[in-house]
Amino acid sequence: MSDSSADIRYLRFLKPNGELDKDAPTGSHDPNEIADLFRRMLELRVFDSKAINLQRTGKLGTYPSWYGHEAAQVGVAAAMKKEDVLAPSYREGGVMLCRGVSMAEILLYWGGDERGSDFAVPRDDFPYCVPIATQCLHAAGAAMAFQHRGESRCAVAVNGDGGTSEGAFYEAMNIAGVRKLPVVFVVINNQWAISVPVAAQTSSSTLAHKAIAAGIEGVQADGNDIVAVRHCMREALEKARKGGGPTLVELITYRLGDHTTVDDAGRYRQQDEVDTASDLEPFIRTRKYLASKNIWDTQLEEQFLEQCTNNIEAAVNNYLATPKEAVEQMFNHMYAEMPESLLAQRAHAIHFCDTDKD
Amino acid sequence: MADVTLIDALTMAMAWELEHDDDVVMLGEDIGLNGGVFRTTAGLQERFGPQRVMDTPLAEGMIAGVSIGMAAQGLKPVAEIQFMGFIYPIVDQMINHAGRMRNRTRGRLHCPMVIRAPFGGGIHAPEHHSESTEALFAHMPGIRVVIPSSPARAYGLLLAAIRDPDPVVFLEPKRIYRSNKQAVADNGEALPLDVCYILREGSDVTVVTWGAMVFESLKSAEQMSAQGISCEVIDLTTISPIDEQTILESVAKTGRLIIVHEAAKNCGVGAEIAAMVAEEGMYDLRCPIRRVTGYDIVMPFYRREMDYMPSVAKIGDAIRDSMDD
Repeated sequence: MSDSSADIRYLRFLKPNGELDKDAPTGSHDPNEIADLFRRMLELRVFDSKAINLQRTGKLGTYPSWYGHEAAQVGVAAAMKKEDVLAPSYREGGVMLCRGVSMAEILLYWGGDERGSDFAVPRDDFPYCVPIATQCLHAAGAAMAFQHRGESRCAVAVNGDGGTSEGAFYEAMNIAGVRKLPVVFVVINNQWAISVPVAAQTSSSTLAHKAIAAGIEGVQADGNDIVAVRHCMREALEKARKGGGPTLVELITYRLGDHTTVDDAGRYRQQDEVDTASDLEPFIRTRKYLASKNIWDTQLEEQFLEQCTNNIEAAVNNYLATPKEAVEQMFNHMYAEMPESLLAQRAHAIHFCDTDKD
Repeated sequence: MADVTLIDALTMAMAWELEHDDDVVMLGEDIGLNGGVFRTTAGLQERFGPQRVMDTPLAEGMIAGVSIGMAAQGLKPVAEIQFMGFIYPIVDQMINHAGRMRNRTRGRLHCPMVIRAPFGGGIHAPEHHSESTEALFAHMPGIRVVIPSSPARAYGLLLAAIRDPDPVVFLEPKRIYRSNKQAVADNGEALPLDVCYILREGSDVTVVTWGAMVFESLKSAEQMSAQGISCEVIDLTTISPIDEQTILESVAKTGRLIIVHEAAKNCGVGAEIAAMVAEEGMYDLRCPIRRVTGYDIVMPFYRREMDYMPSVAKIGDAIRDSMDD
């Protein structure tokens, strides 16, 4: 898949060699700001790797790693305002963490506890969406609500490359175009939908081209470039907020890990492809850039990683120490008011629940 | 207070709610400028504007999906699916999101939304326009399924559905859209959900039914009455969750149960009612439960649709059989 085409803009400012393009947008030349974003990325990577370890040691359920997506995730979140609303796919835990969802809540979710989606902040964000691309419509609907109330808020749906083959993805862009909705559709193109590569997903020359049929703007950015990701998201959100309608943002990156902890990508893709992608991953170039500005070095990174690890350990302990929810809670939130017919079922479940094993 | 059709009553209820609650919006295919293919939303866009009564692109899954998005962010969308035969793209959104948003977020987000759709046969419609597949939605936890059978109940129940804080699939029996007029007070008063309505009291046989079959069942009950058989006719109304109490009390009185629905027999809602009565009221029964339903075949084209559907004769036959047992 080509990175550029006649119709679609492609943004990259922080080159793989760590050099920041002189044409990089105003506001992205402060290395301290990039260092802040880089610290977020590091935190995401350490958390991700911890979550995989927890799964391997039987302390967490199936978990979808975001290894390699850190610049895309941090960039998306950094461009959003607190009052905006995120509709994430199941791999977007990194975006959610950056928006204020706690590590313990993310772990609770993947540890099989619904309270992981009852996050303290941000209260209006949608929970993880496991069915593919259906959340694009929820983002469009949220944008309809903002438009209806005249609020200056935007909705952001984050989807993968495989999701662009779903009807819901196109249907969401289509109505968003018709109604000029304040919504941004982000596609994190990590090249693989489990075992299916993008070339087997579509013959469209880029995924951003899929915006054209919906009559909306499509733009591509290097998803490993934190500066480009944040910038094109800012542009898209600003346009949406001003009534300019939706944008499709394709962030090109690579899924360096397996699809989830129950997948083995070695079965279907070649190691040399992964090696090539690893050279382009987001940390190498950001580190080089920050080092060239003399504000980052191995020692600072080690100090920060230690701090991260301590925070994450605390969150893990918090998660592991959280007792199971009372069994009746699985009934209590089915309806605002519980139907008569569920009362007996709830009593039955309580009666048979072995609280000793809770 | 003028006599109105079931369609008129639905329009009145939607207008009332649009007038009194700014969070209510309507969306669907051809519902605005055209007022809906059955004219159910006639005049609403003119009166409330295209921002509140929205013609959407033609994609049913989208209609349900954006309704969930709007509902989760505080609006109360009322969406129309043009015919039940076109409703299946919404199944993904309803089962995976609408029905579980409240539960999976432990009450943080919820979906106060209504999906309206005309359903059922008997109007000589083309292919895919006559099915009754309410059981699909009744099987989804977290979704209410409501079917009115008179103008007054259509008015009060649609208001209740719109005001309900959880998703409701509101199915409209189109065979009786215009066939029976009734005086309906446009007073904004909702009727309770989750309860059956007893339309005719009786002592020998309980007939549980819903939608257009209410009329066939009432006619049959009238005929039986002439033969000295007293039928109690219950309009189930809320198809899910079922008001078990009303049915069990009636069966305790009559000892006989007939369930009548247009939908196919296999895994129809009648099976759920029969199982529930077998579990909870078996010893009140004086004879086997009987179901009068559509057959387990594809809904025939309209030349044969009346042969497919339950009729006064088929219902009467089942009632007499029960009495003979």
